[in-house]
Amino acid sequence: MQDLIRRYGVGLTGLMVLLVAFWLLMLVIIPNITLFESSFRPYLPVVEMGGPKDVYSPNNYLKVFDGSVETTILGMTFMVPVHIRTFFLTIWYSVTVTLACFVLAYPVAFYLAKIANPKSVPTLLLLLFVPLWVSEVLRAFAWWIILALKGPLNSLLLSLSLIDKPVRWITDYDAVLIGLVYTYILFMLFPIYNAISSLDTNQIEAAEDLGASRWRIHWRIVLPHSKPGIASGAVMVFMLSAGSLLVPSILGSTTSQWFTQTIQQWMNDALDWNTASAYAFLLLFLCTAFVSLVMWIFRVKLSDIAK
Amino acid sequence: MSAGIDLENVVCDFGDFRAVDHVNVSIKPGEFFSFLGPSGCGKTTILRMISGFTEPTQGIIRIGGQDVRGQRPNQRPTALIFQNLALFPLMTVWENIAFGLEVRGVDKAKRRARADELLRLVDLPGAADKYPSQLSGGQRQRVAIARALAVEPAVMLLDEPLSALDLKLRQHMRAELRAIQKRTGVTFIYITHDQGEALAMSDRVGVMSQGRIQQVADPREIYNNPVNGFVASFVGENNIFDGTVVNPANGMAGYETALGTFRARLGALATGKGVKLFVRPEHTAISLTAAAENSVPVTISEVSFEGSFISIQGKAAGGTTLVAEIRNDGAATVPAIGSAAFMSFDPARAAILPDAETRR
Ligand SMILES: Nc1ncnc2c1ncn2[C@@H]1O[C@H](COP(=O)(O)OP(=O)(O)OP(=O)(O)O)[C@@H](O)[C@H]1O
Ligand SMILES: [Mg+2]
Repeated sequence: MQDLIRRYGVGLTGLMVLLVAFWLLMLVIIPNITLFESSFRPYLPVVEMGGPKDVYSPNNYLKVFDGSVETTILGMTFMVPVHIRTFFLTIWYSVTVTLACFVLAYPVAFYLAKIANPKSVPTLLLLLFVPLWVSEVLRAFAWWIILALKGPLNSLLLSLSLIDKPVRWITDYDAVLIGLVYTYILFMLFPIYNAISSLDTNQIEAAEDLGASRWRIHWRIVLPHSKPGIASGAVMVFMLSAGSLLVPSILGSTTSQWFTQTIQQWMNDALDWNTASAYAFLLLFLCTAFVSLVMWIFRVKLSDIAK
Repeated sequence: MSAGIDLENVVCDFGDFRAVDHVNVSIKPGEFFSFLGPSGCGKTTILRMISGFTEPTQGIIRIGGQDVRGQRPNQRPTALIFQNLALFPLMTVWENIAFGLEVRGVDKAKRRARADELLRLVDLPGAADKYPSQLSGGQRQRVAIARALAVEPAVMLLDEPLSALDLKLRQHMRAELRAIQKRTGVTFIYITHDQGEALAMSDRVGVMSQGRIQQVADPREIYNNPVNGFVASFVGENNIFDGTVVNPANGMAGYETALGTFRARLGALATGKGVKLFVRPEHTAISLTAAAENSVPVTISEVSFEGSFISIQGKAAGGTTLVAEIRNDGAATVPAIGSAAFMSFDPARAAILPDAETRR
């Protein structure tokens, strides 16, 4: 702060602080507070708002326990409330997306950071970025076309004789997973790439010199070093996947339901913004709790991620 | 346990740049051998070829008589100590040391015991459970040595391991390294651009320039009988005279310069043009009257007292500056600045050598 004032003077510093404060307040804090407040109020006709029925209660939150469906887990059948089922499936598939992103991104990140010729790395990174120039909606639609039953992917696989009849990709959660992995993989790739880049190549060589195999070098040297990068990548991919609405809406099938879609239905179809707010906060809090739990299990600190 | 190393006509090219050029050296088992040369002369490249990180473009490398071409670093009986040590920061000291054993499937209790044993060997007991970041430079050095020794290598390769340490610690670690080498009997190949270090520690030294070996010999030979001007200048100071050889006979020759004709030993390779006369300052005497031969009248221009010796600069005719170093025996008389004197040298202590590096 002192430093800023010395460098830019009181006026400019004041303006900067003001703008940041405005941004935080108007775009982050106030909307969230409004949403949080309304999540505890019942959905009422306009005339009854502020009337005797308009009292705070956790009822909106408790709606997740309504309406049970039969669910089979590990061969056993339970009655599970439908929204809770959606929530757990969202978490489960977001975890799957996160793991898939990690498995795909780690080798690429390692290749870029340690094997590729440093001169060609900027070009490769640029190529990775190119898809981001197209809007997310278009990209999701592109995948919808690619994965269609009579789409390019099936014709390609058929012409290569890798399959003998078209595969139905857009079924259950399959296409959603493919779309989410594609959309968010760079959020995994770059933190890991950064982390591995900062690893001294001599350490890899020292390990090899001491007799370590390729696997052990990764297990004992590269992975532990890149843990913070992996953690921040995983947190981002998980949160973004769980919070994604676009990809599940476009690439979803009749049997797939994402928790964000449920929120959207409360908001757009039921026009009940209060319950929608409650569900949105539920998603936020539970995901945060889940991420914290996983971070605690893997002994990752928040300060590691912020690096 | 320890193995010899033979480099036969080893060449290493990076693109069209030749980093190592037809190097032939035979290093004996249990020897402390140093490669000495200026920055960028290809020392690290040689070490990386021996350890297996770089493949030679041409030539053969043998370790213990066995051709190691095509073997990965983890298959070779060598252990490399990196210039920056490359300790694993996320492992404790003992885990660092035991890493090579962990890789070999030794169980934990045995690894720990061996690590403790090695920590005692390198005189660092009690540091086992610390992390490398909690150690001082010299202590890290010892951990790196212990880590390399843990895999019981036949050959230890050290890439300027002391360059990051301060002078005092460096001198201490020199002796320490030497002692560890003697105790373990492992062949040490040591890389340095510090001539004092190479001369003080090594059984033999290979002096390099621009990818080529200039001379391989024991430290005394390197210092006293350098084969060319590069070696002479790299391992010490010289008074250098420019002139032409006259009347060569029996390994001695006359040398005609603007300051008179001197007599000196004629180096084996000193033929044709581009030869100069090299005399070490400590082999240059100073006197008030002219000596019988090889005597140059000078005017004393600077005297600096260095403690154990006194360095005296004299200006000869034509502006040539000569340096004489005399031992400070407590009674040495030092001529005053501006006074006239003579600097002279023994023909046996002066050498006519090719000025440039020896090319092949
Ligand atoms: N991977 C490489 N690609 C291209 N050139 C290289 C490579 N490695 C080394 N060189 C070049 O080869 C030459 C010798 O390098 P080397 O690292 O062996 O020098 P050095 O004697 O160890 O020097 P220093 O004392 O500075 O460490 C240098 O000119 C360097 O630029
Ligand atoms: Mg080097």
